Amino acid sequence: MDFLTPMEITALLLSLRVAGVAIALGLPVAVLAAWVLGRYSFPGKTLFDGLVHLPLVLPPVVTGYILLVTMGTKGVIGGWLYQTFGVKLIFTAEGASLAVAVTSFPLMVRAIRLSVEAIDGGLEAAARTLGAGPVDRFFTILLPLMAPGLLSGSIVAFAAAMGEFGAVITFVSNIPGQTQTLPLAIYAATQEPGGDAVAARLAAISFSVALVALMLSELLASRVRRLIGQA
Amino acid sequence: MSMLDLSIRQRLGAFTLDVSFAADGAGVTALFGRSGSGKTSIINAIAGLTRPDGGHIRVGGTTFFDSARRIDVAVEKRRIGYVFQDSRLFPHMTVRGNLEFGLRRVPAADRRIAFGPVVDLLGLGHLLDRRPRGLSGGEKQRVAFGRAILAQPRLLLMDEPMASLDAARKAEILPYIERLRDEMNIPIVMVSHALDEVVRLANTLVLIADGRVAASGSVGAVMGRLDLQAVTGTHDAGAVLDLTVERHVDEDGLTVLAFDGGRLTVPRVARAPGATVRLHIHSRDVVLALRQPAGVSLRNALAAKVVEVAESGPTAADVRLAVGGAFLIARVTRAAVRELGLEPGLPVVALVKGIAFEPTSGATARDRVVDV
Repeated sequence: MDFLTPMEITALLLSLRVAGVAIALGLPVAVLAAWVLGRYSFPGKTLFDGLVHLPLVLPPVVTGYILLVTMGTKGVIGGWLYQTFGVKLIFTAEGASLAVAVTSFPLMVRAIRLSVEAIDGGLEAAARTLGAGPVDRFFTILLPLMAPGLLSGSIVAFAAAMGEFGAVITFVSNIPGQTQTLPLAIYAATQEPGGDAVAARLAAISFSVALVALMLSELLASRVRRLIGQA
Repeated sequence: MSMLDLSIRQRLGAFTLDVSFAADGAGVTALFGRSGSGKTSIINAIAGLTRPDGGHIRVGGTTFFDSARRIDVAVEKRRIGYVFQDSRLFPHMTVRGNLEFGLRRVPAADRRIAFGPVVDLLGLGHLLDRRPRGLSGGEKQRVAFGRAILAQPRLLLMDEPMASLDAARKAEILPYIERLRDEMNIPIVMVSHALDEVVRLANTLVLIADGRVAASGSVGAVMGRLDLQAVTGTHDAGAVLDLTVERHVDEDGLTVLAFDGGRLTVPRVARAPGATVRLHIHSRDVVLALRQPAGVSLRNALAAKVVEVAESGPTAADVRLAVGGAFLIARVTRAAVRELGLEPGLPVVALVKGIAFEPTSGATARDRVVDV
């Protein structure tokens, strides 16, 4: 990667890592939330639905601020984590992952929920008559048929996570090599005199990553649909 | 011990399902009635997919539901096979994967029915690696039969398994259900609103009307009752006879069938002497005479006795006849009832001019009425 500067490589790898960890952490929770929202009705469902979608409608800076207050070393949860396990989220890459996981979570849930709702409930009834219990059905019927939603949800959320600015800078600040993801690096470059060229190169990298992700998702999507017998 | 012993009550929106019946032994029990009469709700309750408000469901001596004793066994623990109207094959699995789904969930020691024979019986060998998406409606239903059977069910439920198929596909599927019935030795409860299916496949008939059991018993006995024609639909009214192939008359292309009420000569039936043949004789194909007529082309005349006369519409009447131990129904005009003096106890001659449902032909119900 001779054509990238060490600073650019650092920012790119950090962004990929932060987004990757965020998706890996958020996906199981998103699947669960999407399954519950798409399959069951229960009292308080509207409230639950609203909470899941909250990060989508809140300004990211507010999300970041809430994280700062609750997950900081003096926050209710953050303080407990720090004192019990010595885990510090604020000003760390892990904290950045948490911030982008939260902001991209609703995007993931929405995409997965669509594919949950598209699954014919009759298939589950059929699986029951064939002796499959709830956990069995989840893994053999629901999860495979959710795959298109998992894929598109992950890609959209990954792209959003790569691009998240407000929540990250508010919660974990802008520290090169630790929390400075691509958008934060672009912002930092534009603040420096003569940083235009640096910003332009970073923007081009962001652009390329987004394009590759998009093409990859198209390719995977058609394979997955064929794999589960929908095409 | 009954194969199925059921008594359930369940509110279903506009009306209440309240049915009790028992069916014993192997063979096919048909739940027959109009759309919306509650047939499917009954088998959903047997499978455990819905929970009745009260009553009990016992299959082969095992209680799956009993509201008084607070028993309600989960669907996945009942081992009751279910063939849905719309197949419901798993789209992400191959035909083989679908077939093995239930089989793999049964302990090896309980696997009485093996994969190979079922695949052969249903003619699925060449489809095993295909996905359900590419299969025809009839093929999908055959896979659904196999999948349900391989789950080693104590009882197999079928919800109008041929309703979504056209006449040709239906004719293709029927023989497979007959083979399942005859070779697999699993009791079957089938929901149907097509009388030709019931007549061809069922031993026991349970008539359902507005959430109640209107009648139940052997197919011949229930079909021979005049008071049920509103339920069975007047169009297809008629009696069902089980006969034995006596001999073939090759030079005339005819077969002679015998039963305890006499003999019927019909166009050649592709069955060996001794085999059982079930005929559906429509009431409009039976003509009555007071004595054996001379000089008519009809060959089938049976000595009968009038059992019951019932008005049927403004000008017609249905006459139930005892022929040996079986029953026939004749549709005549009210004027004929008056002029011939038809009343219970009167000996008559029943002239049969048409039969339907020759069981090995692949034709549809309408085509299968042949003159005799």
